[in-house]
Amino acid sequence: MISKIVEQVSPSGIREFFDLVLGMPEVISLGVGEPDFISPWRVRERAITALEEGMTSYTSNQGLFVLRRAISNHLKKKYSLAYNPEEEILITAGVSEGFDLAVRTVVEPKDKVIVVSPYYVAYPALVQICSAKVLYLTTRQEDGFKIDPKQLSKLLSQNPKAIILNYPSNPTGVTYSYEELKEIWRLLSKKEVIVISDEIYEELTYEGSHHPFASLSQKAKMRTVFLNGFSKGYAMTGFRVGYACANRRIISAMNKIHSYSALCAPIISQLAAVEALQAQRQVNQMRNEYKRRRDFIVKELNRVGLSTVMPEGAFYCFSSLKKLKIKSMEFAKKLLYDQKVAVVPGTAFGKEFDCYVRISYANSLDNLKESIVRIEALLSKIC
Amino acid sequence: MNDILEILADNARISVGDLAKLTGKNKQTIEKEIKSYENKGVIVKYKTVINREKIKDEKGVVALIEVQVIPQKDVGFDTVAARIYRFPEVKSCYLISGTYDLLLVVEGKDIHTVASFVSEKLAPLSSVKGTVTHFMLKKYKEDGVVLVKEGKNQRLAITY
Repeated sequence: MISKIVEQVSPSGIREFFDLVLGMPEVISLGVGEPDFISPWRVRERAITALEEGMTSYTSNQGLFVLRRAISNHLKKKYSLAYNPEEEILITAGVSEGFDLAVRTVVEPKDKVIVVSPYYVAYPALVQICSAKVLYLTTRQEDGFKIDPKQLSKLLSQNPKAIILNYPSNPTGVTYSYEELKEIWRLLSKKEVIVISDEIYEELTYEGSHHPFASLSQKAKMRTVFLNGFSKGYAMTGFRVGYACANRRIISAMNKIHSYSALCAPIISQLAAVEALQAQRQVNQMRNEYKRRRDFIVKELNRVGLSTVMPEGAFYCFSSLKKLKIKSMEFAKKLLYDQKVAVVPGTAFGKEFDCYVRISYANSLDNLKESIVRIEALLSKIC
Repeated sequence: MNDILEILADNARISVGDLAKLTGKNKQTIEKEIKSYENKGVIVKYKTVINREKIKDEKGVVALIEVQVIPQKDVGFDTVAARIYRFPEVKSCYLISGTYDLLLVVEGKDIHTVASFVSEKLAPLSSVKGTVTHFMLKKYKEDGVVLVKEGKNQRLAITY
Protein backbone atom coordinates (compact mmCIF):
# COMPACT_ATOMS: atom_id res chain seq x y z
CA MET A 1 0.00 0.00 0.00
CA ILE A 2 2.76 2.44 0.89
CA SER A 3 5.27 3.53 -1.73
CA LYS A 4 8.51 1.54 -1.56
CA ILE A 5 10.52 4.70 -1.61
CA VAL A 6 8.79 6.00 1.48
CA GLU A 7 8.96 2.64 3.21
CA GLN A 8 12.69 2.50 2.61
CA VAL A 9 13.36 5.82 4.28
CA SER A 10 15.00 4.59 7.41
CA PRO A 11 12.49 4.89 10.22
CA SER A 12 14.21 6.65 13.02
CA GLY A 13 15.01 4.29 15.89
CA ILE A 14 14.74 7.32 18.06
CA ARG A 15 10.98 7.66 17.66
CA GLU A 16 10.40 5.11 20.37
CA PHE A 17 12.61 7.04 22.76
CA PHE A 18 10.78 10.26 21.90
CA ASP A 19 7.49 8.58 22.79
CA LEU A 20 8.96 7.53 26.13
CA VAL A 21 9.91 11.12 26.90
CA LEU A 22 6.57 12.51 25.76
CA GLY A 23 4.76 10.01 27.98
CA MET A 24 6.68 10.92 31.09
CA PRO A 25 5.54 13.90 33.14
CA GLU A 26 7.84 16.16 35.15
CA VAL A 27 10.87 15.60 32.95
CA ILE A 28 13.43 18.35 32.49
CA SER A 29 13.88 18.15 28.77
CA LEU A 30 17.15 19.16 27.16
CA GLY A 31 15.87 17.47 24.04
CA VAL A 32 13.98 20.36 22.58
CA GLY A 33 14.86 21.72 19.17
CA GLU A 34 13.09 25.03 19.50
CA PRO A 35 13.48 28.24 21.51
CA ASP A 36 11.99 28.44 25.00
CA PHE A 37 11.16 32.09 24.34
CA ILE A 38 7.85 33.12 22.90
CA SER A 39 7.79 35.29 19.80
CA PRO A 40 8.47 38.97 20.52
CA TRP A 41 5.31 40.83 21.47
CA ARG A 42 5.34 43.14 18.46
CA VAL A 43 5.34 40.06 16.24
CA ARG A 44 2.39 38.53 18.06
CA GLU A 45 0.58 41.83 18.01
CA ARG A 46 1.04 42.12 14.24
CA ALA A 47 -0.48 38.66 13.86
CA ILE A 48 -3.45 39.67 16.01
CA THR A 49 -3.95 42.86 14.01
CA ALA A 50 -3.71 40.88 10.78
CA LEU A 51 -6.59 38.73 11.99
CA GLU A 52 -8.57 41.78 13.04
CA GLU A 53 -8.00 43.29 9.62
CA GLY A 54 -9.44 40.14 8.09
CA MET A 55 -6.16 38.99 6.53
CA THR A 56 -7.26 35.41 6.07
CA SER A 57 -6.70 34.76 2.38
CA TYR A 58 -4.03 33.07 0.27
CA THR A 59 -1.11 35.19 -0.85
CA SER A 60 0.71 34.93 -4.16
CA ASN A 61 2.56 31.62 -4.38
CA GLN A 62 5.89 33.35 -4.10
CA GLY A 63 4.78 35.15 -0.94
CA LEU A 64 3.81 38.72 -0.05
CA PHE A 65 5.94 41.22 -1.91
CA VAL A 66 6.30 43.38 1.22
CA LEU A 67 7.95 40.45 2.97
CA ARG A 68 10.20 39.59 0.05
CA ARG A 69 11.25 43.22 -0.21
CA ALA A 70 11.88 43.41 3.54
CA ILE A 71 14.03 40.27 3.39
CA SER A 72 15.91 41.60 0.38
CA ASN A 73 16.66 44.87 2.23
CA HIS A 74 17.60 43.00 5.39
CA LEU A 75 20.14 40.79 3.58
CA LYS A 76 21.54 43.72 1.65
CA LYS A 77 22.05 45.73 4.80
CA LYS A 78 23.38 42.92 6.95
CA TYR A 79 25.53 40.97 4.49
CA SER A 80 25.71 43.12 1.33
CA LEU A 81 23.94 40.18 -0.24
CA ALA A 82 21.63 41.34 -3.03
CA TYR A 83 18.62 39.26 -4.07
CA ASN A 84 15.95 40.65 -6.32
CA PRO A 85 12.65 40.39 -4.42
CA GLU A 86 10.76 40.01 -7.71
CA GLU A 87 12.29 36.74 -8.77
CA GLU A 88 15.05 35.54 -6.46
CA ILE A 89 13.20 35.09 -3.16
CA LEU A 90 10.49 32.55 -2.29
CA ILE A 91 8.55 32.53 0.98
CA THR A 92 8.07 29.01 2.35
CA ALA A 93 6.29 27.36 5.24
CA GLY A 94 9.44 27.25 7.34
CA VAL A 95 12.90 26.20 6.18
CA SER A 96 11.67 22.59 6.30
CA GLU A 97 9.49 23.23 3.27
CA GLY A 98 12.18 25.32 1.61
CA PHE A 99 14.65 22.48 2.02
CA ASP A 100 12.22 19.93 0.61
CA LEU A 101 11.61 22.18 -2.42
CA ALA A 102 15.31 22.80 -2.97
CA VAL A 103 16.13 19.10 -2.94
CA ARG A 104 13.24 18.17 -5.20
CA THR A 105 14.14 20.99 -7.57
CA VAL A 106 17.75 20.04 -8.16
CA VAL A 107 18.07 16.33 -7.34
CA GLU A 108 17.12 13.54 -9.72
CA PRO A 109 16.92 9.80 -9.03
CA LYS A 110 20.38 8.21 -8.76
CA ASP A 111 22.07 11.57 -8.22
CA LYS A 112 24.50 11.79 -5.35
CA VAL A 113 24.14 14.35 -2.59
CA ILE A 114 26.72 15.12 0.09
CA VAL A 115 25.30 15.35 3.60
CA VAL A 116 27.62 16.45 6.38
CA SER A 117 27.20 14.31 9.47
CA PRO A 118 26.17 14.54 12.22
CA TYR A 119 23.19 15.90 10.33
CA TYR A 120 19.72 17.25 10.91
CA VAL A 121 17.42 14.26 10.38
CA ALA A 122 15.48 15.66 7.43
CA TYR A 123 18.51 15.91 5.12
CA PRO A 124 19.21 12.26 4.28
CA ALA A 125 15.52 11.36 4.49
CA LEU A 126 14.41 13.86 1.84
CA VAL A 127 17.36 13.02 -0.40
CA GLN A 128 16.29 9.38 -0.22
CA ILE A 129 12.70 10.30 -1.02
CA CYS A 130 14.08 11.74 -4.26
CA SER A 131 15.64 8.29 -4.90
CA ALA A 132 19.08 9.83 -4.76
CA LYS A 133 22.13 8.52 -2.94
CA VAL A 134 23.49 10.16 0.18
CA LEU A 135 27.26 10.57 0.42
CA TYR A 136 28.04 11.13 4.07
CA LEU A 137 30.85 13.48 4.96
CA THR A 138 31.52 12.46 8.52
CA THR A 139 33.09 15.07 10.75
CA ARG A 140 34.99 14.29 13.92
CA GLN A 141 35.21 15.84 17.35
CA GLU A 142 38.99 16.13 16.91
CA ASP A 143 38.34 18.53 14.01
CA GLY A 144 35.75 20.43 16.02
CA PHE A 145 33.06 18.70 13.91
CA LYS A 146 34.10 20.80 10.94
CA ILE A 147 34.29 19.66 7.32
CA ASP A 148 37.67 18.14 6.50
CA PRO A 149 38.74 19.54 3.10
CA LYS A 150 40.50 16.29 2.14
CA GLN A 151 37.39 14.25 2.73
CA LEU A 152 35.34 16.79 0.84
CA SER A 153 37.67 16.58 -2.18
CA LYS A 154 37.38 12.82 -2.13
CA LEU A 155 33.59 12.88 -2.15
CA LEU A 156 33.56 15.57 -4.83
CA SER A 157 35.43 13.20 -7.12
CA GLN A 158 32.22 11.13 -7.21
CA ASN A 159 30.53 14.07 -8.97
CA PRO A 160 27.67 14.74 -6.58
CA LYS A 161 24.77 16.87 -7.78
CA ALA A 162 24.52 18.82 -4.56
CA ILE A 163 25.93 19.35 -1.10
CA ILE A 164 23.87 20.24 1.93
CA LEU A 165 25.48 22.64 4.35
CA ASN A 166 24.06 23.63 7.71
CA TYR A 167 25.78 26.21 9.88
CA PRO A 168 25.49 27.02 12.73
CA SER A 169 24.77 23.33 12.90
CA ASN A 170 22.09 21.25 14.49
CA PRO A 171 23.24 19.13 16.41
CA THR A 172 26.80 20.39 17.01
CA GLY A 173 26.39 24.17 17.09
CA VAL A 174 29.50 24.42 14.94
CA THR A 175 29.86 27.23 12.46
CA TYR A 176 32.55 28.36 10.01
CA SER A 177 34.81 31.37 9.71
CA TYR A 178 35.05 33.31 6.46
CA GLU A 179 38.39 31.65 5.65
CA GLU A 180 37.04 28.17 6.28
CA LEU A 181 34.06 28.84 4.04
CA LYS A 182 36.36 30.23 1.33
CA GLU A 183 38.34 27.01 1.43
CA ILE A 184 35.14 24.92 1.12
CA TRP A 185 34.02 27.08 -1.80
CA ARG A 186 37.43 26.78 -3.47
CA LEU A 187 36.94 23.01 -3.58
CA LEU A 188 33.27 23.17 -4.58
CA SER A 189 33.87 25.75 -7.31
CA LYS A 190 35.92 23.23 -9.26
CA LYS A 191 32.80 21.12 -9.72
CA GLU A 192 29.26 21.75 -10.91
CA VAL A 193 27.77 21.08 -7.51
CA ILE A 194 24.73 22.96 -6.15
CA VAL A 195 25.01 24.15 -2.55
CA ILE A 196 21.87 23.90 -0.45
CA SER A 197 22.77 25.97 2.56
CA ASP A 198 20.46 25.78 5.55
CA GLU A 199 21.38 28.78 7.68
CA ILE A 200 18.33 28.86 9.95
CA TYR A 201 20.48 29.38 13.06
CA GLU A 202 22.25 32.37 11.47
CA GLU A 203 20.93 34.86 14.03
CA LEU A 204 22.22 32.69 16.85
CA THR A 205 25.95 33.05 16.22
CA TYR A 206 27.95 33.79 19.36
CA GLU A 207 31.55 33.96 18.15
CA GLY A 208 32.57 36.17 15.25
CA SER A 209 29.96 36.84 12.61
CA HIS A 210 27.92 34.70 10.31
CA HIS A 211 28.81 34.60 6.61
CA PRO A 212 26.11 33.34 4.28
CA PHE A 213 27.58 30.91 1.77
CA ALA A 214 26.05 32.94 -1.04
CA SER A 215 27.98 36.02 0.12
CA LEU A 216 31.37 34.45 -0.66
CA SER A 217 31.36 35.43 -4.32
CA GLN A 218 29.01 36.12 -7.21
CA LYS A 219 29.70 32.63 -8.53
CA ALA A 220 29.00 31.04 -5.16
CA LYS A 221 25.75 32.99 -5.01
CA MET A 222 24.64 31.68 -8.41
CA ARG A 223 25.15 28.10 -7.27
CA THR A 224 23.70 28.37 -3.79
CA VAL A 225 20.17 27.94 -2.50
CA PHE A 226 20.25 30.05 0.65
CA LEU A 227 17.64 28.87 3.16
CA ASN A 228 16.69 30.88 6.19
CA GLY A 229 13.65 31.73 8.26
CA PHE A 230 12.19 33.10 11.44
CA SER A 231 11.76 30.01 13.61
CA LYS A 232 14.94 30.04 15.67
CA GLY A 233 16.43 33.53 15.89
CA TYR A 234 13.03 35.20 16.17
CA ALA A 235 11.44 32.40 18.24
CA MET A 236 8.64 31.91 15.72
CA THR A 237 8.59 28.13 15.18
CA GLY A 238 4.81 27.88 15.27
CA PHE A 239 4.35 30.55 12.60
CA ARG A 240 5.94 28.29 9.97
CA VAL A 241 7.58 30.92 7.85
CA GLY A 242 10.92 30.82 6.10
CA TYR A 243 12.47 31.82 2.80
CA ALA A 244 14.68 30.57 0.01
CA CYS A 245 16.97 32.80 -2.02
CA ALA A 246 18.64 31.63 -5.20
CA ASN A 247 19.03 32.46 -8.85
CA ARG A 248 15.87 33.14 -10.84
CA ARG A 249 15.74 29.71 -12.52
CA ILE A 250 15.98 27.78 -9.27
CA ILE A 251 13.44 29.96 -7.46
CA SER A 252 10.99 29.71 -10.33
CA ALA A 253 11.32 25.90 -10.36
CA MET A 254 10.96 25.69 -6.58
CA ASN A 255 7.91 27.91 -6.79
CA LYS A 256 6.40 25.50 -9.30
CA ILE A 257 6.39 22.66 -6.75
CA HIS A 258 5.47 25.03 -3.93
CA SER A 259 2.42 26.32 -5.84
CA TYR A 260 1.13 22.75 -6.21
CA SER A 261 1.91 21.51 -2.71
CA ALA A 262 1.89 24.26 -0.08
CA LEU A 263 0.35 26.97 -2.30
CA CYS A 264 1.68 29.67 -0.03
CA ALA A 265 2.92 30.25 3.50
CA PRO A 266 0.17 31.41 5.89
CA ILE A 267 -0.59 35.08 5.32
CA ILE A 268 -0.74 35.90 9.04
CA SER A 269 2.73 34.46 9.51
CA GLN A 270 4.07 36.37 6.53
CA LEU A 271 2.79 39.65 7.93
CA ALA A 272 4.20 38.78 11.34
CA ALA A 273 7.55 38.05 9.67
CA VAL A 274 7.66 41.55 8.15
CA GLU A 275 7.32 42.89 11.68
CA ALA A 276 9.91 40.42 13.00
CA LEU A 277 12.60 41.93 10.80
CA GLN A 278 12.14 45.12 12.85
CA ALA A 279 12.53 43.26 16.16
CA GLN A 280 16.31 43.16 16.15
CA ARG A 281 16.54 44.36 19.74
CA GLN A 282 14.52 41.40 20.98
CA VAL A 283 16.59 39.02 18.86
CA ASN A 284 19.75 40.44 20.42
CA GLN A 285 18.32 39.97 23.91
CA MET A 286 17.54 36.33 23.21
CA ARG A 287 20.97 35.78 21.68
CA ASN A 288 22.66 37.25 24.78
CA GLU A 289 20.62 34.94 26.98
CA TYR A 290 21.50 31.84 24.95
CA LYS A 291 25.14 32.81 25.03
CA ARG A 292 25.11 33.04 28.82
CA ARG A 293 23.48 29.65 29.10
CA ARG A 294 25.94 28.19 26.62
CA ASP A 295 28.92 29.48 28.57
CA PHE A 296 27.41 27.97 31.70
CA ILE A 297 26.45 24.56 30.38
CA VAL A 298 29.52 23.89 28.26
CA LYS A 299 31.79 24.60 31.20
CA GLU A 300 29.69 22.39 33.44
CA LEU A 301 29.43 19.51 30.96
CA ASN A 302 33.19 19.48 30.49
CA ARG A 303 33.67 19.67 34.25
CA VAL A 304 31.49 16.64 34.96
CA GLY A 305 33.27 14.66 32.26
CA LEU A 306 31.10 14.92 29.14
CA SER A 307 33.62 16.38 26.75
CA THR A 308 31.92 19.08 24.69
CA VAL A 309 33.22 21.19 21.82
CA MET A 310 32.35 24.87 22.41
CA PRO A 311 29.39 25.47 20.07
CA GLU A 312 29.72 28.78 18.24
CA GLY A 313 26.06 29.03 17.36
CA ALA A 314 22.54 27.50 17.57
CA PHE A 315 21.51 26.19 21.02
CA TYR A 316 22.93 22.69 21.16
CA CYS A 317 25.89 20.91 22.70
CA PHE A 318 27.04 17.65 21.16
CA SER A 319 28.62 15.96 24.15
CA SER A 320 30.83 12.91 24.15
CA LEU A 321 30.17 9.78 26.21
CA LYS A 322 33.47 8.19 25.13
CA LYS A 323 34.94 8.15 28.62
CA LEU A 324 31.86 6.36 29.98
CA LYS A 325 31.94 3.51 27.47
CA ILE A 326 28.18 3.55 27.20
CA LYS A 327 25.95 3.74 24.13
CA SER A 328 23.96 6.89 23.55
CA MET A 329 20.53 5.27 23.76
CA GLU A 330 21.41 3.43 26.95
CA PHE A 331 22.74 6.62 28.50
CA ALA A 332 19.68 8.61 27.41
CA LYS A 333 17.33 5.98 28.84
CA LYS A 334 19.21 5.80 32.14
CA LEU A 335 19.23 9.57 32.43
CA LEU A 336 15.51 9.62 31.70
CA TYR A 337 14.45 6.82 34.07
CA ASP A 338 16.93 7.55 36.84
CA GLN A 339 17.06 11.32 36.83
CA LYS A 340 14.14 12.48 34.69
CA VAL A 341 16.31 14.43 32.30
CA ALA A 342 15.81 14.01 28.56
CA VAL A 343 18.56 14.36 25.94
CA VAL A 344 18.64 13.11 22.34
CA PRO A 345 20.86 10.08 21.61
CA GLY A 346 23.59 10.83 19.07
CA THR A 347 22.46 8.09 16.69
CA ALA A 348 19.53 10.31 15.72
CA PHE A 349 22.08 12.40 13.83
CA GLY A 350 24.14 9.63 12.21
CA LYS A 351 24.93 6.05 13.12
CA GLU A 352 28.58 6.85 13.86
CA PHE A 353 27.59 9.09 16.71
CA ASP A 354 26.60 6.45 19.20
CA CYS A 355 28.89 7.90 21.81
CA TYR A 356 27.33 11.37 21.75
CA VAL A 357 24.17 13.00 23.01
CA ARG A 358 22.65 16.28 21.91
CA ILE A 359 21.90 18.61 24.77
CA SER A 360 19.76 21.63 24.04
CA TYR A 361 20.22 24.73 26.18
CA ALA A 362 17.00 26.33 24.99
CA ASN A 363 15.86 26.04 28.57
CA SER A 364 15.87 28.15 31.71
CA LEU A 365 19.06 28.53 33.64
CA ASP A 366 17.45 26.93 36.68
CA ASN A 367 16.58 23.85 34.65
CA LEU A 368 20.08 23.72 33.19
CA LYS A 369 21.59 23.93 36.66
CA GLU A 370 19.32 21.23 38.00
CA SER A 371 20.08 19.02 34.98
CA ILE A 372 23.79 19.25 35.65
CA VAL A 373 23.21 18.14 39.25
CA ARG A 374 21.20 15.18 37.97
CA ILE A 375 23.67 14.27 35.23
CA GLU A 376 26.42 14.32 37.82
CA ALA A 377 24.34 12.05 40.06
CA LEU A 378 23.92 9.55 37.24
CA LEU A 379 27.58 9.69 36.30
CA SER A 380 28.63 8.96 39.87
CA LYS A 381 26.47 5.84 39.70
CA ILE A 382 27.68 4.47 36.38
CA CYS A 383 31.35 5.42 36.55
CA MET B 1 22.60 47.63 31.85
CA ASN B 2 25.61 45.40 32.06
CA ASP B 3 25.47 41.60 32.28
CA ILE B 4 25.74 41.32 36.06
CA LEU B 5 23.01 43.87 36.76
CA GLU B 6 20.73 42.31 34.18
CA ILE B 7 21.07 38.85 35.75
CA LEU B 8 20.73 40.15 39.32
CA ALA B 9 17.65 42.20 38.43
CA ASP B 10 15.93 38.96 37.55
CA ASN B 11 17.42 36.74 40.25
CA ALA B 12 19.00 38.40 43.27
CA ARG B 13 19.78 35.05 44.90
CA ILE B 14 22.11 33.80 42.19
CA SER B 15 25.50 32.80 43.55
CA VAL B 16 28.73 34.56 42.62
CA GLY B 17 29.94 31.21 41.28
CA ASP B 18 27.03 30.97 38.85
CA LEU B 19 27.47 34.60 37.85
CA ALA B 20 31.07 33.79 37.04
CA LYS B 21 30.02 30.87 34.85
CA LEU B 22 27.44 32.98 33.06
CA THR B 23 29.56 36.01 32.38
CA GLY B 24 32.99 34.43 31.97
CA LYS B 25 34.44 36.81 34.57
CA ASN B 26 36.21 35.51 37.64
CA LYS B 27 34.61 35.49 41.08
CA GLN B 28 36.81 38.22 42.58
CA THR B 29 36.04 40.61 39.75
CA ILE B 30 32.33 39.98 40.16
CA GLU B 31 32.41 40.47 43.92
CA LYS B 32 34.30 43.73 43.42
CA GLU B 33 31.84 44.93 40.79
CA ILE B 34 28.83 44.13 42.95
CA LYS B 35 30.40 45.88 45.97
CA SER B 36 31.03 48.93 43.85
CA TYR B 37 27.43 48.97 42.58
CA GLU B 38 26.22 48.71 46.16
CA ASN B 39 28.47 51.55 47.29
CA LYS B 40 27.42 53.79 44.46
CA GLY B 41 23.75 53.09 45.17
CA VAL B 42 23.21 51.47 41.78
CA ILE B 43 22.12 48.32 43.59
CA VAL B 44 19.76 49.62 46.25
CA LYS B 45 18.32 46.51 47.81
CA TYR B 46 17.79 42.77 47.21
CA LYS B 47 14.12 41.98 47.49
CA THR B 48 11.74 39.08 47.02
CA VAL B 49 8.55 39.29 45.02
CA ILE B 50 5.85 37.56 47.06
CA ASN B 51 2.43 36.60 45.82
CA ARG B 52 0.56 37.48 49.02
CA GLU B 53 -2.70 36.05 47.82
CA LYS B 54 -1.18 32.60 48.15
CA ILE B 55 -0.33 33.05 51.81
CA LYS B 56 -2.94 31.70 54.21
CA ASP B 57 -4.46 34.22 56.63
CA GLU B 58 -2.44 36.97 55.01
CA LYS B 59 -4.45 40.14 55.30
CA GLY B 60 -3.53 43.55 54.15
CA VAL B 61 -4.49 46.11 51.57
CA VAL B 62 -2.58 48.16 49.07
CA ALA B 63 -3.75 51.57 47.92
CA LEU B 64 -2.53 53.85 45.19
CA ILE B 65 -3.02 57.43 46.28
CA GLU B 66 -2.95 60.38 43.92
CA VAL B 67 -1.82 63.51 45.74
CA GLN B 68 -2.11 67.07 44.50
CA VAL B 69 0.35 69.33 46.29
CA ILE B 70 1.33 72.97 46.33
CA PRO B 71 4.95 73.20 45.20
CA GLN B 72 7.15 75.41 47.33
CA LYS B 73 9.31 78.25 46.21
CA ASP B 74 12.92 77.29 45.24
CA VAL B 75 12.60 73.63 46.20
CA GLY B 76 9.59 72.68 44.05
CA PHE B 77 8.11 69.34 44.92
CA ASP B 78 11.11 67.80 46.65
CA THR B 79 10.49 69.02 50.21
CA VAL B 80 6.80 68.19 50.06
CA ALA B 81 7.63 64.78 48.69
CA ALA B 82 10.16 64.21 51.47
CA ARG B 83 7.58 65.20 54.06
CA ILE B 84 5.26 62.55 52.63
CA TYR B 85 7.61 59.67 51.78
CA ARG B 86 8.98 59.65 55.34
CA PHE B 87 5.73 58.14 56.60
CA PRO B 88 6.44 54.44 57.05
CA GLU B 89 3.07 53.58 55.53
CA VAL B 90 4.31 54.93 52.18
CA LYS B 91 6.08 52.09 50.34
CA SER B 92 6.73 53.99 47.12
CA CYS B 93 6.46 57.61 46.10
CA TYR B 94 6.74 59.00 42.59
CA LEU B 95 6.47 62.46 41.06
CA ILE B 96 4.09 62.15 38.13
CA SER B 97 3.19 64.35 35.18
CA GLY B 98 -0.49 64.98 34.46
CA THR B 99 -3.52 65.80 36.56
CA TYR B 100 -1.92 65.17 39.93
CA ASP B 101 1.61 65.40 41.32
CA LEU B 102 2.61 62.53 43.58
CA LEU B 103 1.65 58.91 43.32
CA LEU B 104 1.97 56.91 46.55
CA VAL B 105 1.82 53.22 47.13
CA VAL B 106 0.53 52.73 50.67
CA GLU B 107 0.14 49.46 52.51
CA GLY B 108 -1.94 48.84 55.59
CA LYS B 109 -3.52 45.94 57.44
CA ASP B 110 -7.04 46.90 56.36
CA ILE B 111 -9.04 49.62 54.65
CA HIS B 112 -9.51 51.51 57.93
CA THR B 113 -5.80 51.77 58.58
CA VAL B 114 -5.23 53.25 55.14
CA ALA B 115 -8.24 55.52 55.49
CA SER B 116 -7.03 56.89 58.79
CA PHE B 117 -3.53 57.40 57.35
CA VAL B 118 -5.07 59.52 54.61
CA SER B 119 -7.43 61.47 56.81
CA GLU B 120 -5.18 61.95 59.81
CA LYS B 121 -1.69 62.18 58.39
CA LEU B 122 -1.73 62.92 54.67
CA ALA B 123 -4.70 65.18 53.96
CA PRO B 124 -4.11 67.61 56.88
CA LEU B 125 -0.65 68.59 55.55
CA SER B 126 -0.79 72.23 54.53
CA SER B 127 0.97 71.56 51.22
CA VAL B 128 -1.52 68.87 50.22
CA LYS B 129 -4.36 70.22 48.08
CA GLY B 130 -6.27 66.98 47.60
CA THR B 131 -6.05 63.18 47.48
CA VAL B 132 -7.73 60.37 45.55
CA THR B 133 -7.37 56.87 46.99
CA HIS B 134 -7.61 53.73 44.84
CA PHE B 135 -7.67 50.39 46.65
CA MET B 136 -6.05 47.55 44.75
CA LEU B 137 -8.44 44.65 44.16
CA LYS B 138 -6.29 42.04 42.46
CA LYS B 139 -2.72 41.71 41.30
CA TYR B 140 -2.28 40.15 37.88
CA LYS B 141 1.36 40.93 37.29
CA GLU B 142 4.11 42.28 39.48
CA ASP B 143 7.73 43.13 38.66
CA GLY B 144 7.40 41.49 35.28
CA VAL B 145 6.02 38.27 36.72
CA VAL B 146 2.47 37.17 35.94
CA LEU B 147 0.85 36.11 39.23
CA VAL B 148 -2.31 34.49 37.89
CA LYS B 149 -2.34 31.04 36.31
CA GLU B 150 -1.68 31.08 32.59
CA GLY B 151 -2.06 28.56 29.80
CA LYS B 152 0.68 25.97 29.68
CA ASN B 153 3.44 26.10 27.10
CA GLN B 154 2.67 23.73 24.25
CA ARG B 155 6.32 23.04 23.42
CA LEU B 156 6.90 19.33 22.86
CA ALA B 157 9.35 17.87 25.35
CA ILE B 158 11.59 16.45 22.63
CA THR B 159 12.10 17.37 18.99
CA TYR B 160 14.93 17.12 16.44
